Amino acid sequence: MKAKVYVTLKPSVLDPQGKAIHHSVELLGFEKINEIRQGKYFEIALDATLSEAEAKASAEKIAKDVLANPVIEDYRVEIV
Amino acid sequence: MKFGVIVFPGSNCDHDAYHVISKHVGQPVDFIWHKQTDLSEYDAVIVPGGFSYGDYLRCGALAKFSPVMSAVKDFAAQGKFVFGICNGFQILCEAGLLPGALIRNKNLHFICKHINLKVENNHTPYTSEIDSEQVLSIPIAHAEGNYVCDDETFHQLEENNQIVFRYCDETGEITDQANPNGARSNIAGICNENRNVLGMMPHPERACEGLLGSNDGRGIFRSLAKAIESISN
Repeated sequence: MKAKVYVTLKPSVLDPQGKAIHHSVELLGFEKINEIRQGKYFEIALDATLSEAEAKASAEKIAKDVLANPVIEDYRVEIV
Repeated sequence: MKFGVIVFPGSNCDHDAYHVISKHVGQPVDFIWHKQTDLSEYDAVIVPGGFSYGDYLRCGALAKFSPVMSAVKDFAAQGKFVFGICNGFQILCEAGLLPGALIRNKNLHFICKHINLKVENNHTPYTSEIDSEQVLSIPIAHAEGNYVCDDETFHQLEENNQIVFRYCDETGEITDQANPNGARSNIAGICNENRNVLGMMPHPERACEGLLGSNDGRGIFRSLAKAIESISN
């Protein structure tokens, strides 16, 4: 079983790296790109003996306590 | 009086802090490896600058799980002094000992230069020996020094006079031009409500020798030593 964790900056937090990437994308000629924000993606391999609910609970806790800083970031967990 | 300087894998300003305490403050000081969990013999610990755990994940994010950090939290709760410099400030924010977070500099650059610093509150154990009108020249060296916090936290910081240092121009004016990294309200250093925990992005330990361009950092360490002395008496 695998958990996918997406960590993104809260909308209120400035993302200068995303802005720089957006600028480069515009230089390449892409149009109508309103904004690019950079985030982090994690894959967590979980033991198959765990139920989906247990796996989700573990991954959520890992995301909350380690992967994301709740002061500046949000996170989303998917179990696949 | 005894100081400790915590050493994480990747700390690189630990020796500078040690040197300043032993030479300019003239007090005993130990290095404390991050696996140590007994801080009972110390009056103050310095969480030094550097790149703890290679800045992996986020600056300071992995250091907060080092065994010594539980001891540092208890130490701070007892009212003892915890002083985070640069990466140390990032670690204290990640560990929840100070509010807010430090994110990538607005201009994305690693900035290494002397900046001007205004002491916004000289009624703290870290600033009592500094004249409130004095503008300090102290270097910064960071890529993630952009202080952010939500509005509620910001108002609390202001109301409680927890904003200790702000980036300013050479005359002491707080201006956008003097803000090197985009930090909210030019914040360069804050303390907790009890005033015993302080974090700052500039490096006062690099500004204690005339040969290095400034002596202005000494006042901070000397204030701290005086605060410890007055408690011991």
